[in-house]
Amino acid sequence: MSLTEQQIERYSRHIILEQVGGVGQEKLLSSKVLIIGAGGLGAPAGLYLAAAGVGTIGIVDGGTIGIVDGDKVELSNLQRQVIHHTSDVGTEKIESARSKMLAVNPDVKVNTYHQWATAENIREIIRDYDFVIDGTDNFSAKFLINDACYFERVPFSHAGILRFDGQLLTVLPGKSTCYRCIFDAPPPADAVPSCSQAGILGVLAGVIGSLQATEAIKYLLGIGDLLSDTLLTYNALTMNFRRVRLNRNPDCRLCGDEPEITELKDEQQVVCDLKNCKC
Amino acid sequence: MNLVVNGKKTDTTDGLTVSELLVKEDVKMPEMVSVELNGKILKRSEFETTTLNDDDQVEFLYYMGGGSVAN
Repeated sequence: MSLTEQQIERYSRHIILEQVGGVGQEKLLSSKVLIIGAGGLGAPAGLYLAAAGVGTIGIVDGGTIGIVDGDKVELSNLQRQVIHHTSDVGTEKIESARSKMLAVNPDVKVNTYHQWATAENIREIIRDYDFVIDGTDNFSAKFLINDACYFERVPFSHAGILRFDGQLLTVLPGKSTCYRCIFDAPPPADAVPSCSQAGILGVLAGVIGSLQATEAIKYLLGIGDLLSDTLLTYNALTMNFRRVRLNRNPDCRLCGDEPEITELKDEQQVVCDLKNCKC
Repeated sequence: MNLVVNGKKTDTTDGLTVSELLVKEDVKMPEMVSVELNGKILKRSEFETTTLNDDDQVEFLYYMGGGSVAN
């Protein structure tokens, strides 16, 4: 692949970086990243990956399980999901995200998957991609993505956000600490924060989602130090970033010495359902 | 004894277990926490049986989903 004149101009600020260059930009243009969840984390990740010229970007979003029309843009999404605009309220999130990514950069191809990620479909989807971004909002999806990426050996960026806190971890399956090495299984349903305790500073999703996109780009280019075996935590109130060093867990039921999880299964859904919540 | 909990030096009484440290550190929902002790993730069943020693490095790692809980 050789860059066109227009591409050289569009990506000039990448190309002049010693660690990227024309070769790196061509690498990005031939790379494929899958974003699972077109919400707070997926929004900045999708926009920056499109702007960076990641050639193929897949986006999966079937909405929030248990919520009618959870796959459509709602007014309450706009406080943090910056890929969706006011005029998109009521339209499908995945189409809204796709149109913005293409508006930022028509160079990229956007594949849309209007479905929930499940044990039945996820492996088939992720195996076509070089890197996965977990932008989901629930634990069952996070465990599913971890396990599916392990079985398919596709690296991914995990992230979680709540109130003023965020954290992320890059997993190189079979080589570095996985999500299950740290958290064996989803938390009990009654321990998940109730709606009254939940909430999120909108810009926090932008910070963490942008860091996930950074990890994807670094992985694709083979530069820098990834957040593998490292959980990066961030608190927006104190402005503290902390790196917590991790080691693979030999007792991990997925990637440990004696794995018990040998096939993909859906974990029980544990989320706070605002519409049915009595809080 | 001195512990380092989430990067901060903490002075505690000797012989504290991990479960007792969770209480002392005012962790309201221990079910939402995984504990790493000197680089090793503990099993939940080990919280009560593991006694901490001077200079131990303890990390409380929190389950964190998405802020957009059910939108």
